[in-house]
Amino acid sequence: MSSTATEQTTGIKSLVDDWSADKQTFDVPWGKLMMWIFLLSDTFIFSIFLTAYMSVRMTTTVDWPPTSEVFSLMIAGHHVPLLLIAIMTFILITSSGTMAMAVNYAYQGDRKKVFVLMVITAVLGASFVGMQAFEWTKLIVDEGVRPWSNPMGAEQFGASFFMITGFHGLHVTAGVIYLAIIAKRVRNGYYEKKGYHIVEITGLYWHFVDLVWVFIFAFFYLW
Amino acid sequence: MSQAVGQQHPISVYLKIWTLLFILSTFSYLVDFYEVQSYLRWSLILLFMFLKAGLIIAIFMHLAWERLALIYTILMPPLTILVLIALMAVEADYINLSRILYFKVV
Repeated sequence: MSSTATEQTTGIKSLVDDWSADKQTFDVPWGKLMMWIFLLSDTFIFSIFLTAYMSVRMTTTVDWPPTSEVFSLMIAGHHVPLLLIAIMTFILITSSGTMAMAVNYAYQGDRKKVFVLMVITAVLGASFVGMQAFEWTKLIVDEGVRPWSNPMGAEQFGASFFMITGFHGLHVTAGVIYLAIIAKRVRNGYYEKKGYHIVEITGLYWHFVDLVWVFIFAFFYLW
Repeated sequence: MSQAVGQQHPISVYLKIWTLLFILSTFSYLVDFYEVQSYLRWSLILLFMFLKAGLIIAIFMHLAWERLALIYTILMPPLTILVLIALMAVEADYINLSRILYFKVV
């Protein structure tokens, strides 16, 4: 069967054709497929962390620390619940928006705009990591939270918190470095001949980091 | 290697999704701010979470425009995680019960 014939089918028929016909199964660039496979494995890692967190939170007979209060900020003498976390969430969403636009301009071949948008994305990501460092410092120094104990409630809180947000923060940090490298190469015209799929691939990684944060925000901070 | 045409969609699509994500995030923040509790709290949190996750995957990551072969490859395996969650929830419930029963803690 020729590949042109299979590409015209849609729906379930296209699924069957893509997998069974004598052709390459996935009609996407190699790098993009590999990034998706990597993200799939990362999905499992984060899911296991969150499931472990669910298990320890359900098994403990001690009350879980009230996250809404633990992560509140004092603004003008008032406790505002989860303020920093909300700001971090908005920053990460905004960085996802600028990244999506960078991908769009990349396929239009507008190198300058891609560079600027990717740098903005990286700067937003870096500020996210900065805020996380601030949050960690506040929790460790002021509140006395340790992986094995804390003054607010169940001991497992510290271990879950440092493990999950730490691993996510590590992903954001790696993403910032990744973005910076690709942005620099885009500006230098490194991809003029190779094509700009790399920007979409970088985007996939970055959106995934945002995606994981959506789950952490819901399960760890809001639950 | 075949070179499929890259994903190209009008910027306005992204701006709309961006706005939507902002609104949904604000909603989930308000759930906490107004101290909504119990089942309403959990269902609202989950609803906003899944909507946000869906928008990011479908639009920002372009999965909605990929071919089914790729979509299924990515979305099917994580379903096994649901089994893990179910198993761990049952087990955790049991451990919690045992601790209350035998360690005399309430």
